[in-house]
This record gives sequence, structure tokens and C-alpha cells, in this order.
Amino acid sequence: MSDQAVSALPGAEATGLVTVREMGLQGMVTLRADLSAAARAVQRVTGAAMPGVRRIEAGKGCSVAWMSPDELLILCDRAGADRMVFDLTEALTGQHHVAVNVSDARAMFALEGAPGGLRDVLSKVTPADMGALVPGEMRRTRLAQVPAAIWFEAEGAARVICFRSVARYVFDVLAMSARPGGAVDYH
Amino acid sequence: MSTRLPTGGRLIDRTAKIAFTFNGKRLQGHPGDTLASALLASGQTILGRSFKYHRPRGVVASGAEEPNALVNLGRGPTHEPNQRATVTELFDGLTATSQNHWPSLEWDIGEVNAALARFLPAGFYYKTFIHPRPFWKHVFEPFIRQSAGLGKAPDPKHQDPDRYEHFYAHTDVVIAGGGIAGLQAALEAGRAGATVILCEQTAHWGGRAPVDGVEIDGQPAEDWINDTVQALEGMENVHLRLRTMVAGVYDHGYVIAYERVTDHAPDPDAPRHRLWRIRAGRIIAATGALERPLSFPGNDKPRVMLASAMRDYLVNWGVSPGDRTVVVTNNDDAYRTALAIKAAGLDVPCIVDARETADGPLVQEARARGIRVLTGMGIANVKGLRGVVAVQLGRQAGEGTVVEDVVCDAVAMSGGWSPVVHLWSHCGGKLSWDAAGAFFRPDPDRPPTNQHGEGFVVCAGAADGALHASETLENASTTARKTLASIGKLAPDAAVSKATAAAEAPLAPVWIMPQGAGPKKRAKMWLDFQNDVKVSDVQLAAREGYESVEHTKRYTTLGMATDQGKLSNINGLAVLADALGEDIPRVGTTTFRPPYTPISMGAIAGEARGAIFQPLRRTPIHGWHEANGAHWEPVGHWRRPYCFPRKGESHRDAVNREITATRTSLGLLDASTLGKIVVKGPDAGRFLDMLYTNMMSTLKPGKCRYGLMCSENGFLMDDGVVARLDEDTFLCHTTTGGADRIHAHMEDWLQTEWWDWKVYTANVTEQWAQIAVVGPKARAVLDKLGADIDLSDAALPFMAWAEGRIGGIDARVFRISFSGELSFEVAVPASLGRAFWDKLLEAGAEFGATPYGTEALHVMRAEKGFIMIGDETDGTVIPQDLGLDWAISKKKDDYLGKRAQERAHMTDPARWKLVGLETLDGSVLPDGSYALAEGVNENGQGNTQGRVTSTYYSPTLGRGIAMGLVLNGPDRMGEVITFNTTKKTVKGEAPKTVQARIVSPVFYDPEGEKQNV
Repeated sequence: MSDQAVSALPGAEATGLVTVREMGLQGMVTLRADLSAAARAVQRVTGAAMPGVRRIEAGKGCSVAWMSPDELLILCDRAGADRMVFDLTEALTGQHHVAVNVSDARAMFALEGAPGGLRDVLSKVTPADMGALVPGEMRRTRLAQVPAAIWFEAEGAARVICFRSVARYVFDVLAMSARPGGAVDYH
Repeated sequence: MSTRLPTGGRLIDRTAKIAFTFNGKRLQGHPGDTLASALLASGQTILGRSFKYHRPRGVVASGAEEPNALVNLGRGPTHEPNQRATVTELFDGLTATSQNHWPSLEWDIGEVNAALARFLPAGFYYKTFIHPRPFWKHVFEPFIRQSAGLGKAPDPKHQDPDRYEHFYAHTDVVIAGGGIAGLQAALEAGRAGATVILCEQTAHWGGRAPVDGVEIDGQPAEDWINDTVQALEGMENVHLRLRTMVAGVYDHGYVIAYERVTDHAPDPDAPRHRLWRIRAGRIIAATGALERPLSFPGNDKPRVMLASAMRDYLVNWGVSPGDRTVVVTNNDDAYRTALAIKAAGLDVPCIVDARETADGPLVQEARARGIRVLTGMGIANVKGLRGVVAVQLGRQAGEGTVVEDVVCDAVAMSGGWSPVVHLWSHCGGKLSWDAAGAFFRPDPDRPPTNQHGEGFVVCAGAADGALHASETLENASTTARKTLASIGKLAPDAAVSKATAAAEAPLAPVWIMPQGAGPKKRAKMWLDFQNDVKVSDVQLAAREGYESVEHTKRYTTLGMATDQGKLSNINGLAVLADALGEDIPRVGTTTFRPPYTPISMGAIAGEARGAIFQPLRRTPIHGWHEANGAHWEPVGHWRRPYCFPRKGESHRDAVNREITATRTSLGLLDASTLGKIVVKGPDAGRFLDMLYTNMMSTLKPGKCRYGLMCSENGFLMDDGVVARLDEDTFLCHTTTGGADRIHAHMEDWLQTEWWDWKVYTANVTEQWAQIAVVGPKARAVLDKLGADIDLSDAALPFMAWAEGRIGGIDARVFRISFSGELSFEVAVPASLGRAFWDKLLEAGAEFGATPYGTEALHVMRAEKGFIMIGDETDGTVIPQDLGLDWAISKKKDDYLGKRAQERAHMTDPARWKLVGLETLDGSVLPDGSYALAEGVNENGQGNTQGRVTSTYYSPTLGRGIAMGLVLNGPDRMGEVITFNTTKKTVKGEAPKTVQARIVSPVFYDPEGEKQNV
């Protein structure tokens, strides 16, 4: 089955001031719950500590990002997403929550290049302060006209998540921002 | 003639030449020239014609404030009107044409307007072009359209080939202006450790200081400027930006800056303009000051220039506007121009000083150089038709009797300086009148305030009224330090450099020259050069009762041109104050609004053009639709196939074919856009009972129920099928356009009203691709694909759902129908949506599987009498209007909209109700047409008794079908009523109408036998 599954823009890549690449299928699980009450269960399943506001915590083969006071996004292997939902649901038995697989509802991009140039490229389309975004923090914001989440895996390596239906738009917008000739040299 | 001097020009590179054209004439300039300096160097002193009187006009200023030297830049796709030649940097291949002239710049037929000037005073249009009414359209308007306007609008056939972008930045301090005050402020902010963006609108740092001969720490200002820029470049927290104008300051420290990235050196790769959208803690406006013209008769003629501008052209670009220049002034600063002209080896026959005495050091130096200084004098007339041949002098205190003619070919004028307080004023900073300097300056006690009630904009240097170089640096330093301290940034103590320049005696305010000039002369004194507003116009407005400066502005158009009154503002309101017998501060200024100078539409649009003008949402199957010739229909940001026309097939034929195929065999619909919201929790059932009009909590797991959602006001806002996934979990389907709206609606109620209910929602719309498999062969094709779900009617009856694998793909199957046929809506993970679609097409080939679009969907649901949100509803329709009482629970105590639906107006039996409509002649009723009733209403309009909400051609029935809301409709079955049409009426005949019979809205398979197989 998985060999028939395709991401939103398989193989899409653009090179300019930075490289923009669609990352293929990515497992994602939305968990909504009372986060303080769910912390132990989440740690048991993911191996990650409960992230603080806007933080991402690494776990066993996955990472857990804070999305709102009662919502987490768990990034994991695509094939393991259903299992993740199952395990979370089981671990949270008796506690009010919802865990759903949203892997296919999203598209994910990698932006790689010089740390400053990378922040400049993103700053053309997001009003969030890219200078203040440090690795380990996820920022939910907008990219041009659509919602998105941005974080840095490392200096010089950003990740962007958007809805699957606007993957082409987001890719085109990022590729345009990264077009050579548009260097800003701000960050 | 203006010309290039043999030496000088600190900004130009004389070793290189670049070519450009003006009105087709090939000309040359040097790198570093502006278009204005290069044109003056080429002897081109007339650059355009004025707006109203088509008077010849030349360059009057040297920077952003220029009102006259506007040109069309570029051609074809890059054509852009109203570009100021004074801020246009010359580049190789630049093409410019002059504006507002016909047939030629040198000889203009519109100049006749000037001869008629006394018949075209302020308010002329308002007074004249009122009667007779028909004249407006056929005579006045064409005339005004022909004669008015400045530049030529770009040809709509062309597309701007350039790209533009935005850039968001967050910083402690934005400093507007890179003159010595701005540089000093940046130095303080940089040392204090603040993050700083320093913007300079021109291509050079340092502002006027080098031209004005300022010395800093005993060295030429230029040395200090270079050193300071170098020091700032070395600071990591300071960002320097040339060619970037701070255009506007807005609430919460939001700043818009306009960077002209490649205007000076076109580059197809780079964005042409960049719009900076900055969040700043504080804004320091080191925006300098602008020189004011003097209002003497003929002050608008080519080669009458601001004294400072003339100095700029000499020093910066080595250009002399004339051989013999008369300087006319009310202050000492203009003497610098006389001295600069002398130093360039040119003549200054005299300096005309309106003050009775003039004795400052600069005056003395001028006298020592042998320049004749005439005090207490003014210019009473400028001779020359398309330039200056002589000025006639008279006593400033008098009426303008000529006492002397002075032959000259240029005039340098100075009426004093006004601080540029625009950025201070954009968010409401108040001004106070400085009587000694005769200008408005920022009132430090009334700053614009931010969200914390703190002043967040300050003016530094000349913009704060510290006009003289000796005060400028000190002022900038003090202001900057104070401002930084207010955001907790303390600059370490450091000695402030000492700026020195020749001392200046006070000016004498001069608003009219000569002060006693009669009406004829006053009608030749220009205040607003671009909009042709004269002293006489403002005085007329005052006589006609315009006391407010804002009203006078609009009546006379003073300050309403593209330069927004940068030169005319203070002079105009001083003249108004005088005419009203008021003090200037009592009359006040007009409001300064962003942008400081015009910014391009492209910069505002940013990247949003072409393919990324708007986000286009695509389903996982979009690519197939595209490859198979879908005719698209926009639905929100989605684009859904309306139909799939085959070669040579009309859209209507395609729709008919798709319907027939679906009803007789097998149709496939991409329904992925439908909203899908998971609602989970112990209170989920209770929550949905409140959201939907019918009972959802009694739904059994494994079953589906159609539900209606109303707003608090009772109006129908969305509908869809709810499936109960398990005891705690529901899946709510919404309309395509409703997904985000309904999710927000749910969260709104959960977070604000029922915050203690245990319910979580998750919008999983895009997680699933959903395909409706519809028609008598629907089950056959799914069975053929191989399903581990029993799809039989017994195992999976109508309004049930099941989970399993079909064709090897995980799927949820909903046995629901929006077409009246046997129908399975199959949801698969989005990443497998295309694969599943392809499998269905392949397996369905033997059944003639036919993808259908939204129009076929609409027709089929109308044939079944199913309502469509947005067609049958328009925000004023309640479910009861649509005969949906069966979907409204009588058992529930409450649901959103229940109480509203009990209001008298909602229960009024006279509300129009849903019925089916069949035309007697079988035609399709016009969309939106009204059912006519007897008599007329109080407005004399014909009464109506209903309207069409949906109307289609039904290929199944071979005739037009429609639904509509009709007065007492359900009680009038079989009655024939008359609908209006938009068909052209033959004169003398009654308007064309169509007759239709009221019938049941269910046209097809009323027993529902087809879907229950």
C-alpha cells in the first residue's frame, strides 16, 4: 500500500538563495488533551518530555511540538502514525482527549542554506520574527496568505509545515522568496 | 542655458558616461547623476507642463519634495508615470518622456488655459459644471478628462515584468534619515546595544551637511560621515539601508519602508522594490527639513529654483542652472547659494533680501566677494516666457512698483526651512509653532503614543527644529539617548562630535512678496506648483467662507497633488491665516498621512501576483482533473471541476452526459473538499445536539444522519452528514466552503460558552480524499476492486458506514447519497486518493465510469429536491422555510437557533416556502427571477410572491426544473404563477414572462427506490 502513497509534491525542489525541498511523506499526529495531565502518558509513548510553550522536544524516533495550550503535534515515521494514535489513545484511556492521524493533511518542506540567508528568505513571507526563532522552538504563523508552522532543526536547516492542499502555493512562494538576486543580508 | 561645469560634482564620476533619452532625444550623463541633474546638464530646463494651466515647468527642487519635474519613465511594459526626475538615479538606457503636454513640450495648446486663468479660479469646477445636467456627461467631462491628469496611465495590455517583495523585520529602533542627525542617532543606538535599522531614501549618506560646508570636529563633514558609516557598518546590531524611504508610521510601532532595489540599475533577477514591514520599539525621525519657496509673481517659471537645490546641483553634480543668478531670500542660509555660485565662477548680479537689515557672517562674506546685497527688497515680476530673462525688483513693503530691472537667467529663492515632521504626525503627534524660525516643530509634550501610552516616535536634528548644524548633532544625540533610555537601552557616555557652520541671523517671515501686491500680481504667485494653486486662490477661498485649512485644501486642491504639498503647505496656510486675520498656529496644518512620497503598487502587492496571486487549494486528485480537461469552478480557494467536456462537447452537453451516465451506470465525484471535523469526548453528543437542529446524541455507532446547523439567529448556515465513529466520537461533514468556518464556530462555542464541556474537535478535512461512487453499478465496481467490507444492502444499508480495505487501500465507506442513486462515499488517506481514483476508473471502465463535476452534482441534487447551502439559503432562510421541519427535533430543550426560530417573524405563515417549479413550456427558468404578484408596493415597484433559488435543465426529465421560495407555496400545488425574465422587451409590448406550475420539489424517484438497492 505504501508504495502507492504519494506526498503533495513528490520530488519538488528549487535552488536559489537557499534550497527548498518537499520532504515526502511525514507522519503527524494531533493530540488534544489537558497537557499537564497527559504528560506522563505522552512521555511513555513518545519518550519526549512535555514541551513548553512553542517548544519542540525530541523523543524516541519522533518529536513532540507544542501547538496550543491543549494541543500537541507529534512528528513521527509515516508508517508509525496509526500506531502512534493507537498507543496514545490506549495510554490515555480514561482521560478526555482526541488523537488523530493528520499525516496526509499536511505537506512538509526543508529549507537549507546559510543561516542568515535562510532567515531572510522566510522573512519575506512570514510576519513572525525569524531572528528570534531558535532551534527547538516551533512558530505557528502564516506564509504569505496561508497558515504554516516553522522551526529550525539546526542553524541553516528550517522545516515548514502547511496544509496539503496549498503545498504547491507554499512551494512556489518559498521558491520565489529564494530566487537569486533577492538577497537582503539582514539576518 | 543650464550646463555642466568643467569641474566639481562630488557625486558624479566624470570619467564615465551613460546614455539616456528624453522625449526621444539621445542625451548623456555621468554615473551618480539624477535624471534631473543630467537633464539640466544637457540644457533641458523645461521638463513638463503644469496640471491645470499647462504652464511650462522646470526643476524646482533636488529631492523628494519636487513638485514639477515629473516624467513618464520607461516604455511599454515598464512605463510608469509621475516619476520625480530629482530622485531618479540615471542608468544606461533610461527612457523618459515629459508629461501633460499636447502637441509638444515646447508648444502646448493647453497653455490657452493659462490665458484664461482668471476664469479658472479655485472652485471653478464645482461652480461651473453643474448645469445643465446633460452637459456634464457630454461636454464637461470629456473636456476635463482630456485636459486634466499628469502622467499617462500604463497600457492595460501590458503586464509589469518586474517582481516585488515584502520583508518583515523586528527591531528596537528604526531611524529614518541618514543625514548627520540620523547617523549620530544610529551611533548612540548602536553603542547602547539596541537593534537598529537606519534607512536613507537617497543613495548617499550624510544629507545636506557636505553641500552646506559644515565642519565636524574641525574636518569637512564628509570625513565624519565616512568614519561614522564605517563605525556603524562594524556594529552587528546596526543595519544600514540606502535607497530606502520610511514611508509611514502606524499604530503599535509598525513602520513601512520602501526600498528601491533596482530602480538605479535594472536587474531582471532582483526584485525591483521591496516593502519593509517593520515592528519597531521606537522610531527616530531624522528626516531633516525642506526649504520653502517664496511667493512672488512668476515664481513658477523654469529656472526659478530653491536656493538649496541650486547649491545641490552645483556641488553634488557640477551643474549650473544659469550664468547669472539672482538670489532672493528672507534668511541667511540662501547666501550659501550665492557664495557657491560665485565659487563656481558664475555671476550673482544681486541678492534680494526681504529683510530690512542683513548683517550676518554669511551676508558679510557675500558683500566681501563683491556681491550686491539689496535689503528690504523683493521680486515684483519675473520676465521671460519659457524661462527667466530678467527680474523686476520692488520694495518688499510696497505694492510691487518696479524700481529696478536685473537681467539674469535664473533665480534662487529661499523662504526659510520647515522641519519634516511627517513621521511624527502619522500617528497623531502634535506640532507647535516656532515663531522665531517660522515653522512647525514637534511638540515634545504631545507625542504619538503606542499601546502602552508611551511616546514612540521622536524627531531628531533638523526634523526637531534644530536646523543649524551646530545644534543638529547635539540634538540628535540627546534625543536618541532619551528615547533609548525609555526602552531600557542605555548608551555609554561618549563625547558628541562638534559641528560648526557659519552663524545665521534670524529670518523674517515672508509669505507674500511684495507684501502689498495687488490682485493681478497675487494671481501670479504660485503656492502649489503641481496643482496650480496660487495665493489668489487661497484668498478667494477665505473670502468665500472657508475657514478650516482642511476645507480650503479640498476646495483649492492645495497640497493634494502627488507631492502632497511638501513645498506649499506652510506657505498656503500662512496665506490663509493672513486672509482670515488669524494666527498661523490657530489655523493649523492639514493632516500628514502616509506614505511620505508615493510608493509603487507593485511593492504593496509584493509577491502576490501570477501563479501566487492567491493560494489555490488542490485536492489529491486535482492533477487528474487538470490532465483531463476539467472546466473549473472556484469554490472558496479550491478549484473544483464544473464538468469534464470532451473534445467538441459544450459544457451543457458534458453535464448532461455525466448525469445520464451516473443515473444509468456509474459516476465518480471528487468530494475531497467536503469538510470533515472529528468531535470527541464524553459531551460530544450533547454538544452536537446543541449545534444541529436535529438529535445527534441518539445516533448509533456505525450510522450516519443528515443534520442542519443554524446560527444563533435561527438562519440555516450549514448542512451535512454526521457519522458516529464510536461511543465518544463523531465525524461531522460540512459543506466545502464551511469546513474552516464551522470548525471555528465549534471552537468559538466550546471556548467561550461551554468551556467546561468535555469535547475536543479536530479538523481532518485534508487528511482524507473522498470519492463518491454513484449509480446503479456503484456496488459492482467496489466489489470488483475487492473489499473486505460487506457492501450489501443488508450489511451496509442506506445511512450506514463501515471501515475496511477496498482495493488494498484503507477506507471508510459511507452509504449516503446526494444524487438519489445508489451511492458510496469512500474516504481514503489523501496520499492514496489519486491511487484509489485511478483504480476506480480502471475497474469501472466496463461500466463506463464517468467522472462528473459540480454542475452534474447540482442538477442531480435538484432533481431530488435536495437543498444546497448558498442556493436555497442566503443568510435569511430558516430550515422551516425549506420544509425541513422533519430535521428539527421537537424533543430537545434547546439548540442554536431554536429560540430565534420562535420569534413572530420566523413563525409568520406568510414566509415564502420551498416548492418545485415546472415551466409550462419546459424551458429553464431564469436564475434569480421573481414570481410576480398583483399591484405595486409603496415605491411603485411591482409586488412579488416568490423567487427562484435553483434552476437547471434536467437531462433525466428532459425539461427545465427549478426550486423556489413562494408565498404559501406548499398549499398551492398545481397553481400556475408568472415569473419575470431579463429578455429584451419590444417597445410597446409587455415585458416577457414565463409561466410555471407549483409542484413538489422532488422531481425524481420520490419514493427513494433508486438509492435503497
